[in-house]
Amino acid sequence: MNKPNIIVINGQEYLFTPGETILTVARRNNVDIPTLCHMKNATPTGACRMCVVEVQGARSLMAACTVPAGPNMVVRTESELIAKARRMIIELMLTSGNHEDCLVCPATGDCRLQELAYKYQIKAGRFPKTKSRYDLEAVNPFIIRNFSKCLACGRCVQACNEVQVNTAIDFGYRGARTKIITKGDRTLKDSDCVFCGECIQVCPVGALIPKDAYKKARICDTKSVRSTCTYCGVGCQVNLHVKNNEVQHITGRGDAAPNFGSLCVKGRFGFDFIAAKERLKTPLIKENGAFREASWDEAIGLVAERLSAIKAKHGADSLGVLTSARISNEENYVVQKFARAVLKTNNVDHCARL
Amino acid sequence: MSKNRIQLMLCGGTGCHSTGSKKFEKALQQELEAKGLAEEIKIVETGCNGFCAVGPVMLVQPEGIFYQKLKVEDVPYLVEEHFLKGRPVKKFFFVEQKNKATIPHMNDIPFFSNQVYRAMRNKGVIDPEVIDEYIAREGYFGAAKALNEMTPEQVVEQIKISQLRGRGGAGFPTGMKWAFAAASPGEEKYVLCNADEGDPGAFMDRSILESDPHAVLEGMIIAARAINARQGYIYCRTEYQLAIRRLDIAIRQAKEYGLLGENILGSGFSFNIDIYQGAGAFVCGEETALMRSIEGKRGMPRPRPPFPAHKGLWDKPTILNNVETLANIPQIIIKGGAWYASIGTEKSKGTKVFALSGDVNNIGLVEVPMGLPIRKLIYDIGGGIPGGKKFKAVQLGGPSGGCIPEHKLDTPIDYEEITKVGAIMGSGGAIVMDENTCMVDMARFFMDFIQDESCGKCTPCREGTRRMLELLEKICHGEGQDGDIQSLEALAEVIGQSALCGLGQTAANPVLSTLRFFREEYETHIKEKVCPAKRCVALLKFEVNPEMCKKCGLCFKACPSEAIAWKKKEVAVIDKSKCVKCMSCFDKCKFDAIF
Amino acid sequence: MSILTRPSHPDITDAMWDKIDEIIDANKDIAGSVIGVLRMSQDAVGYLPVELIDYIAEGMNLPASQVYGVATFYALFSLKPKGRNIIKACTGTACYVKGIKEILSHITNKHGIKEGETTADRRFSLEGVRCLGACGLAPVMIVSENIHGNLKPDEVVGILENYK
Repeated sequence: MNKPNIIVINGQEYLFTPGETILTVARRNNVDIPTLCHMKNATPTGACRMCVVEVQGARSLMAACTVPAGPNMVVRTESELIAKARRMIIELMLTSGNHEDCLVCPATGDCRLQELAYKYQIKAGRFPKTKSRYDLEAVNPFIIRNFSKCLACGRCVQACNEVQVNTAIDFGYRGARTKIITKGDRTLKDSDCVFCGECIQVCPVGALIPKDAYKKARICDTKSVRSTCTYCGVGCQVNLHVKNNEVQHITGRGDAAPNFGSLCVKGRFGFDFIAAKERLKTPLIKENGAFREASWDEAIGLVAERLSAIKAKHGADSLGVLTSARISNEENYVVQKFARAVLKTNNVDHCARL
Repeated sequence: MSKNRIQLMLCGGTGCHSTGSKKFEKALQQELEAKGLAEEIKIVETGCNGFCAVGPVMLVQPEGIFYQKLKVEDVPYLVEEHFLKGRPVKKFFFVEQKNKATIPHMNDIPFFSNQVYRAMRNKGVIDPEVIDEYIAREGYFGAAKALNEMTPEQVVEQIKISQLRGRGGAGFPTGMKWAFAAASPGEEKYVLCNADEGDPGAFMDRSILESDPHAVLEGMIIAARAINARQGYIYCRTEYQLAIRRLDIAIRQAKEYGLLGENILGSGFSFNIDIYQGAGAFVCGEETALMRSIEGKRGMPRPRPPFPAHKGLWDKPTILNNVETLANIPQIIIKGGAWYASIGTEKSKGTKVFALSGDVNNIGLVEVPMGLPIRKLIYDIGGGIPGGKKFKAVQLGGPSGGCIPEHKLDTPIDYEEITKVGAIMGSGGAIVMDENTCMVDMARFFMDFIQDESCGKCTPCREGTRRMLELLEKICHGEGQDGDIQSLEALAEVIGQSALCGLGQTAANPVLSTLRFFREEYETHIKEKVCPAKRCVALLKFEVNPEMCKKCGLCFKACPSEAIAWKKKEVAVIDKSKCVKCMSCFDKCKFDAIF
Repeated sequence: MSILTRPSHPDITDAMWDKIDEIIDANKDIAGSVIGVLRMSQDAVGYLPVELIDYIAEGMNLPASQVYGVATFYALFSLKPKGRNIIKACTGTACYVKGIKEILSHITNKHGIKEGETTADRRFSLEGVRCLGACGLAPVMIVSENIHGNLKPDEVVGILENYK
């Protein structure tokens, strides 16, 4: 029974490793299958049904994201029937809430549904727009939940439960009343949510958006600059979305260690300081009760002079060093070395102990 | 079994309970005691007899006299006449609707005489709460044989030979399902019984569990032996409290007798069964959703493959069989697969249980051989349509099924044949509809049900059925437009092709089936804004046609809101400002004069 | 016994909390038992207030969001208090064919409640339920555990008069 691991997609033979889905094999070989709910690093759920394909011998269309490739399986990824199904699914999504205000939606240009509707040229209209059963939730810090745009694809639930493992949200109710809920269906701010924003990043539409999204440029209007998060020593890789030399949004880079796309609340939302007017750009030296700007050489010289003087007068243990989580392990090591070898004190501590 | 002169097999099914069988039993017992007959005449409360329409019912054994529609006040007369004087009481005999003939013996009543009992062989014959009565009728012989005389492979082989197919609806060959699970590697495996009977109009499983719970347990033990499982669950609707209670008693007794638990019948094989109560979600009848529910989660189906035979409950190899399927198993093991396959059609063997209801004279539970024409089911067993009305359609398979009209009534009961006419065998709900049923409204009813029961996971089912319901509601409200039928068909095709689970894929069947046979009724609703069956309230005028009105005043008496003015020998007039559109007058009018 | 802090809730007495703790203790180590725990807790309290769902989640060591998701998925669970008399009108096909719609509209006209609603005085809750499997008696309703079958539209209001 040693069948060769070959699957036929659109008449072309491809090798696969047992366990791989049709979608994985297709993508690796540059065969395009549209998806919406499918998410890397999470269990495929087969919820949205965008990725339906024809599998020879099957009674109905199959979701490429969930069906494992099998020996001698014959798959078609485009046909009249498939197009019909995908077009109808897009149409159903488009009319399932408020998806007609793309002109003023923060997600425009970064919206999977918009992309798909464009690709298949679907206009809403046959069916009346259904009103959302649930009101927009804007009371939270950092996150706005716009249920009228939610497609119940479940990506946010997976991001919260499988990626971040915060278990703050889940599916609630059922059928057409389905809603992404927190404990007791409270607002995010009254739930177990820690506002890491992972859900915003995976939301394929504008149902989850940053609180200040309306005041910022849309992601599609920004330039993406790769950087490293400055908050702690983990070194998360981020994309700074920049416009007019100002950071508008920060997202995690999915393709790079150590975070593979995930960020914490600070890394994702805490970037106001970059453009803050109060931000210090040079060292300040206090003289006669007032600060004045100084050069780094001058400032460091002053500090060295004062430290030496205190040490000479009161002994090494009158000094102590407190380091920060915002610098790297290597830098923390150096600071500790500085305290012990240069200042000759063991009074070293770190803010993360607080 | 006893030294009693007479045994009174009083039906204790839910249907008879609700028509007062408990009170009747108490009164009867008191009367028997008062007359000094309690020693020689014993009342046995059985499970569902099946003939729910005429409950409470009682079978007098060994004579075989069948009494129906019994009332507490009749007790003294009945005891006096029959049990003292030996004269069976004609008053309580069954009356044939066609020719008004009274039939004293149960076996002569067409409702019973046309049936073949296999899954329901013990119904009404044993006390379901006494294991000895089950054992006396070859109970647990099958389990003993499977455990001590057969290898698991031989058990699977016999089930394969029997060609038994899943009675839950889809008709997947049971033997094949078992073979897959048996071949799946793994120490931990599960046998599940699907008793989450959810199709509206279906009560087969409940009746079997109430009347013969041990048969299901025995079926599960044999299944466990076949795939080498240690643990079984019966997933039962929480609404079925009587069934759950009887199962509970049955499991306890089976454990006491060493038929469940460690080292069953000294075979070295151990198996346990627990009852798991569902919490009201139709979708949990779908196998993967049912397993999620047992795991304590939302009952949302997951994609297959992997199939449960490989990865089921707790990701372990699992088989799930329906109640009726399992109740057939012990007999197959005792008598052999070939015996089971001796009746039926080429691809559908054995019998099928139906819950016959709706506009039919003999409502109740029936078991018929495969291959029987549906017409016989409705007219011979069901006794035809009451009130001289015309037959319109019979709905098979519930929300996943379809309607079979008059000209297809000779279709035999067979999985493939029924599918050909656009319905499905289903779990056994057979709802008969007379000419007063609006087929658009029926389709709307099923879509409403599906929409309410959709788990909401996949787009086609969640959003698509909502759209279909909207369109059907529009049509029923007289707002249908050109193109609505085409939209319905387009939605139906996509939902059928792309929904995630079986529930979604079949959700549009009731619409497709009614469109196939009753398309003109849709068109009349849309184009003429008329509901020919007079069921769609929005399309009714609530006026009296003076030419048809026979001035009888029945509508006047029926109106709860005093909206109808009527005097003797005058045509009734409806005051629309007072009318609450409750339809009472429509139901009462015998002359079709209100429109 | 459980060491959880009981939230105060007007509809849950100390005796009920004791019962709930007992239920949780008996089930918390059994995988998949949360649906049963919710059912038994609802039997004890009459419905499932949100605070109770949170409490059960904590006791069962499950995410509260997940337990809320389960409680709102299944029709058996009610998060709102119910009336003294619960009218369960069967909306199965047989009952539908035999006119449960008219029965419901009579109840709605008389008591002003639709399916899923409770009268202001909490005398009645009206529920449309899935097939009760008593198709032989269609149309059927259950009022406070009593089955009323073969209902006629003009009788239903009178039947309900017996329930105060």
